Amino acid sequence: MAAGSAQAAVELDRDTLLGMYETMMQIRTFEDLAGKNFAAGLVPGFVHLYAGEEAVAVGICSQLTDNDFITSTHRGHGHCIAKGVDIAGMVAELMGKSTGVCKGKGGSMHIADVEKGMLGANGIVGGGIPLACGAALTARTLGTGGVAVCFFGDGAANQGTFHEGLNLAAIWNLPVVFVCENNGYAESTPVRYHCAASDIANRAGAYEIPGVVVDGLDVFAVYEAAGEAIARARRGDGPSLLEAKTYRFYGHFQGDQVTYRTADELELYKQRDPIVALRKAIVDRGIAGEDQLNAIDARVTEQLDDAWSAAKAAPFPEPEEALTDVYVTY
Amino acid sequence: MVTETATRTMTYQQAINEALQIAMREDPTVVLLGEDIAGGAMVDHLVNDDAWGGPMGVTKGLVQEFGRDRVLDTPITEAGFIGAAVGAAATGLRPVAELMFVDFFGCCMDQIFDQGAKLRYMFGGKAKCPVTIRTQIGAGVSAAGQHSGCHYSVFAHMPGIKCIVPSTPADAKGLLLSAIRDDDLVMFFENKVLYGTKGDVPEGDEGIPLGVADIKRVGDDVTIVAISRMVQQALAAADTLAAEGIEAEVIDPRTLSPLDEETILSSVAKTHRLLVVDEDNPRCSAATDIAAMVADKGFDTLDAPIKRVTAPHTPVPFSPPLEQFYVPSPDRIVDAVREIV
Repeated sequence: MAAGSAQAAVELDRDTLLGMYETMMQIRTFEDLAGKNFAAGLVPGFVHLYAGEEAVAVGICSQLTDNDFITSTHRGHGHCIAKGVDIAGMVAELMGKSTGVCKGKGGSMHIADVEKGMLGANGIVGGGIPLACGAALTARTLGTGGVAVCFFGDGAANQGTFHEGLNLAAIWNLPVVFVCENNGYAESTPVRYHCAASDIANRAGAYEIPGVVVDGLDVFAVYEAAGEAIARARRGDGPSLLEAKTYRFYGHFQGDQVTYRTADELELYKQRDPIVALRKAIVDRGIAGEDQLNAIDARVTEQLDDAWSAAKAAPFPEPEEALTDVYVTY
Repeated sequence: MVTETATRTMTYQQAINEALQIAMREDPTVVLLGEDIAGGAMVDHLVNDDAWGGPMGVTKGLVQEFGRDRVLDTPITEAGFIGAAVGAAATGLRPVAELMFVDFFGCCMDQIFDQGAKLRYMFGGKAKCPVTIRTQIGAGVSAAGQHSGCHYSVFAHMPGIKCIVPSTPADAKGLLLSAIRDDDLVMFFENKVLYGTKGDVPEGDEGIPLGVADIKRVGDDVTIVAISRMVQQALAAADTLAAEGIEAEVIDPRTLSPLDEETILSSVAKTHRLLVVDEDNPRCSAATDIAAMVADKGFDTLDAPIKRVTAPHTPVPFSPPLEQFYVPSPDRIVDAVREIV
């Protein structure tokens, strides 16, 4: 499917489109700076960057509200930003500062904001899948009208929790959308090796729920397919599995030498950069000009630069902070 | 006017059932999830009736009152439904999940300790996880190696989890009510051998606070800290010892995490001797933890080495004579006390 060929491309209004573009740029800029500052030694631990996959998080989360929940993965920055988590607080969290969204206790892999419906990045592959079923059970039991969207990678599709979660959601008819971000690799291992299914979406058939493959580099295609799945869940018609074929521009983690894929392969996907494609669609359709898009880019750059400056200036937590927040009461 | 809470005689199992009923009546966000907790889901003649009410009948009758939307039979999929309970707890429900036997924790431990127990901390205190996981423990019915363990020590080791080990019907009711009302992840360990035991249980909806031990027998000569069913074994041993002129004080910690250190230390300060009785395996266990705590904080009050009577470091055997050998007996407790008094 060529970029922008979906019906959504012509139906989305100007504000929505520019908003999606800005969010995708926020994610890209966030990740580029995270990589750069990780290399500079400003980020403890390790980071897994989402650059290249922006169309998935934004195509889906732009159709959710704070009343809806998402679960995420170790590659979760993009999901957080798309779901509205505070960017300055995220940057501070990466640095382990007291002003981080988790007060420096979670780091890159555990950024969360339950108030925003963001139930956490997750360091366990497939760990968030049952949690999303639980969030959907809450929505159904309390009649909130909300849905749960569960992001996971191609690697997680081989975990037991994937199969347990899809089965549970199917038999309970839960309002949940399972979104497999198939970026071609589970760590260094190609999907063609680690997965017996040519399309992970085929596994939906085992649970008799809809399974759809979508071009994860095309934000319009993602938007449209996700819209159907989300609407279905909201109607009470049950779960769906959406497989977005996507690509990560960086390695599994920063420091990964990425010896398992070729420069040609990376270049091929960079030619299909989802942000470039959206930008071109916006300009081609006369929705906004290059100047207006450049102004958005400049605004995003300034926002991220300010966030890093603030995080660098912020204090680390006091050591005794390590002892708090284990229990509500103990 | 003095008011006293009326009590009735009921079994440990009935007391747990009553606590669940009270909690579900008072809070519509309390839902139950588990394998066969009603049973017979989608069977035409069991629409609002249970086939089993749990494998031991502990949840019997609840689906009739609360319906299948709040008493949710699950597939045999521990990671799936325990994880769903955790996710539901983080988003506004107050679920009570049943892990049929604690030995099955290997199927769902990631969801308990990597997700539920760590979520609040990793999120900087901006979330809570008010889920209770009820589970069966204990040897004594020849259920063999995969249906008989105690394993509460594994959970007490992990921050973010509270561990409750009731030994009487009254404690089971009061502590389960507190567990469900608690805003943290609570493991509630029901000893299957105790399900049929009877005791006086208060009417009403009052909970028993977590982290408060109960002195089940007062004595001056030795402190016996006993966990779960071992409280009964210790009380039987105390009767034998009393005939010899040795008065044992039997302390039931009731919760292993949090642990009421003060009650244990105060008792040891009086008796100067400590024996810990624990049906769990002995390495890195509740027994070693309590012994270490007293050695650390109460060493000056001790007149004898701390003793432990525990299960051996083996899986639970099947054959009745082997299993009887495995579970700490009153005779072993009496012998251990004689060594230090």
